[in-house]
Amino acid sequence: MNAPMSPLACPRPTTSDQTITLAHGEGGKMMRNLIRDRIVSKLGETNVQRFSDAACVGTIKGNVAISTDSYVVSPLFFPGGDIGTLAVHGTINDLAMAGASPLFLTLSLILEEGLPFEVFDRVIDSIAETANTCGVPIVAGDTKVVTKGAADGMFLNTTGVGVHHDDQRMSAKQIQPGDTLVVSGPIARHGIAVLAARESLEFMPPPASDSAALHRVAADLQSALGNDLRTMRDATRGGVAAVLHEWAEESTLAMWVDEAQLPLLPETRGVCELLGLDPMFVANEGTFVAAIASHRTEDAISVMKTHSSCGDPAPIGYARRREISPVLVSRGMGGDQPLDEPIAAMLPRIC
Amino acid sequence: MKHLDEYRDAAASQSLITDIRARATRPWVLMDVCGGQTHNLVRYGIERELADCVELIHGPGCPVCVTATELIDFAVALALRPNTIVASFGDMLRVPGSSQSLMQARERGGRIQIVYSPLDALALARQHPNAEIVFLAVGFETTAPATALAVIQATKLSLNNFSIVPAHVRVLPAMETIMRMPDNRVEGFLAAGHVCCITGFEAYQPFASRFRVPIVITGFEPIDLLRGILKTVELLETGQAIVKNQYSRTVQRQGNLAAQSIIDQVYEVDDRDWRGFGTISGGGYRLRAEYSLMNARQKFADVLPPKGRGDVDCRGADVMSGKIKPKQCPAFATTCTPQSPLGAPMVSSEGACAAYYRFEPLPIKVPS
Amino acid sequence: MCLGVPGRVVRWINRESNFAKAEVEFSGVRREIHMACVTDANLGDYVIVHAGIAICLVDEVEAEQTLAELKSLGENSDETP
Ligand code: SF4
Repeated sequence: MNAPMSPLACPRPTTSDQTITLAHGEGGKMMRNLIRDRIVSKLGETNVQRFSDAACVGTIKGNVAISTDSYVVSPLFFPGGDIGTLAVHGTINDLAMAGASPLFLTLSLILEEGLPFEVFDRVIDSIAETANTCGVPIVAGDTKVVTKGAADGMFLNTTGVGVHHDDQRMSAKQIQPGDTLVVSGPIARHGIAVLAARESLEFMPPPASDSAALHRVAADLQSALGNDLRTMRDATRGGVAAVLHEWAEESTLAMWVDEAQLPLLPETRGVCELLGLDPMFVANEGTFVAAIASHRTEDAISVMKTHSSCGDPAPIGYARRREISPVLVSRGMGGDQPLDEPIAAMLPRIC
Repeated sequence: MKHLDEYRDAAASQSLITDIRARATRPWVLMDVCGGQTHNLVRYGIERELADCVELIHGPGCPVCVTATELIDFAVALALRPNTIVASFGDMLRVPGSSQSLMQARERGGRIQIVYSPLDALALARQHPNAEIVFLAVGFETTAPATALAVIQATKLSLNNFSIVPAHVRVLPAMETIMRMPDNRVEGFLAAGHVCCITGFEAYQPFASRFRVPIVITGFEPIDLLRGILKTVELLETGQAIVKNQYSRTVQRQGNLAAQSIIDQVYEVDDRDWRGFGTISGGGYRLRAEYSLMNARQKFADVLPPKGRGDVDCRGADVMSGKIKPKQCPAFATTCTPQSPLGAPMVSSEGACAAYYRFEPLPIKVPS
Repeated sequence: MCLGVPGRVVRWINRESNFAKAEVEFSGVRREIHMACVTDANLGDYVIVHAGIAICLVDEVEAEQTLAELKSLGENSDETP
């Protein structure tokens, strides 16, 4: 409880014990305490390495991979994840999809003045737990505070360092006509979960994000399939459609998909129908597409099935020589339809 | 999903296509009135499949496309007004106004909240008692009951901070406008199924006789569309200018009386400026005087913009009345794309130009 | 325009005319839908939902008839080469 205010008291309540203030980013005692008590203590305990300004990580053998990504999401929490899980999973996945094993992460926080500590702590707890589960320590970090209105609660950036497996070079250029396109699980879950939470669409049960780390399944696929695994990509913004367009462009082939084969949870389907969204364009955060030499399709699927991050893997189509359109969809009506490239995030529609 | 998947069946579609080919002795010109139909005709490749026996013209049935520029400008002005939140369907956000879209206004600090239902905007009004919530009430007769209900509920709940920009349009007067155009080419109509759920189709029979044009009430799924096309072709081949209902699982002759009375309670028929078409007599609804407190046009008359100047380079009206196909517009896919649209038909997901751009960006060879 | 999606009425929440509301299910997900235009719907009935309100009931008899027609159509065209 606040003490009754005297008439001379500052009219602006000081809430530094409950919320982030500009002072928390100004390099003084408050900032030191914040980092020590609310970040390092949590990340340091749950991770092998000690969290610091500049971590010394020793010698890394092999082909080093680096990836960086920033995370902004509104709301910060949604069913199936939060900005913290995204920041850990997202960067791990970027490394994993490039064929690298993640070794360390750094974490940079940009906080909006007035952010309640309760929210801050929840996110840090989530980051610590996620990094711990993934077995990837967070070794260095930074904190900045910006004035109210200059950020939406908090923005995160993570940078990941990893090392490539063998000399295997995965790339969309390796895709051959006839290769199978496999998707690792039900699509469109993340985009629908965030949209439903942000726009208060009040679905029951609330749709959940697929936020998950893919480094373990990626490593297993690489070792099981070798060069028969041509390439992988997590289908984040722009969804599966964006991945297929990128691959079509890089490989100069066409990507053909049978719409009926796309794994889709019934609830995702229901929401997509209701809001007029095409699930192929909706974002995922732990679901990926892999291009696989067709005779190894079954092997790839059985590897995926041993990982909880993969829901219900399924072959959805194949690569073939390009006629005209880069990406084609069969909707069961005879001819194939060209699928356009995602332009901007889809908005729910009534028309 | 029941009542949906059955009507996407591939085998049945194929036999319907075969039947349509067998019945059509010449390439009839049919207009699908509703943008949702346009969307699916292109999405499922039906239009291309039938190109040799039916020419499909995509009518004005996209309320997003025909909403006057001036109303978008008004919504933009409201969004930028202090302490005001504009609630809108997602469809309207990218539609260009005379200087900017709602999306651009949002980037400049305008407050715009996407809602799935006009009734969700009421919840917004309750959450923000000190802000003005203005709902942009676009849509055909299908959407009018939802916005009317929002007005009724807001009145009952005394939500004084809620109002709407009345922008509903009516479909039959637009069909009439098209039939009266001197170079009209429409020989048969696929009438908009969900509009008819509300309005019924009693008014269509005199229309069909007067203009000697068959009208078939048609649904939205591939099979519904094909059944509608087949019936229209049959009527044309046998010279019958009558109305048939091929969407009988949802549409009844007299429509939904409860919905009609909700519309009636709140709105009355009015002339309306259609983007690209000009004023259509009886082409819209206005709020009844009893609800003038909920009328944003009156409540915020100080930010009402001057009448829009129209879209100079956009041939949207020619597209929507069937004079040209989107691809025949010189701007199509050159100066006009979904990223930077010149006219609303390129931006609305139901707009004919966007449907062509999305689903038919390039000519397709059938793979051997 | 006019996206309309069939959903099944699973629970009535409020039957008071202008405020009528029910829980409607769409393939595994439910949402509260305004029912002022279909106050006579029974549990298990399908309604077409547009912009958060049910705009009509789906007539099961008519739907079955349409599907039966489609079936016979398939059979007929199987006979024609
Ligand atoms: S292509 Fe663009 S400019 Fe041409 S009619 Fe369509 S919307 Fe208007």
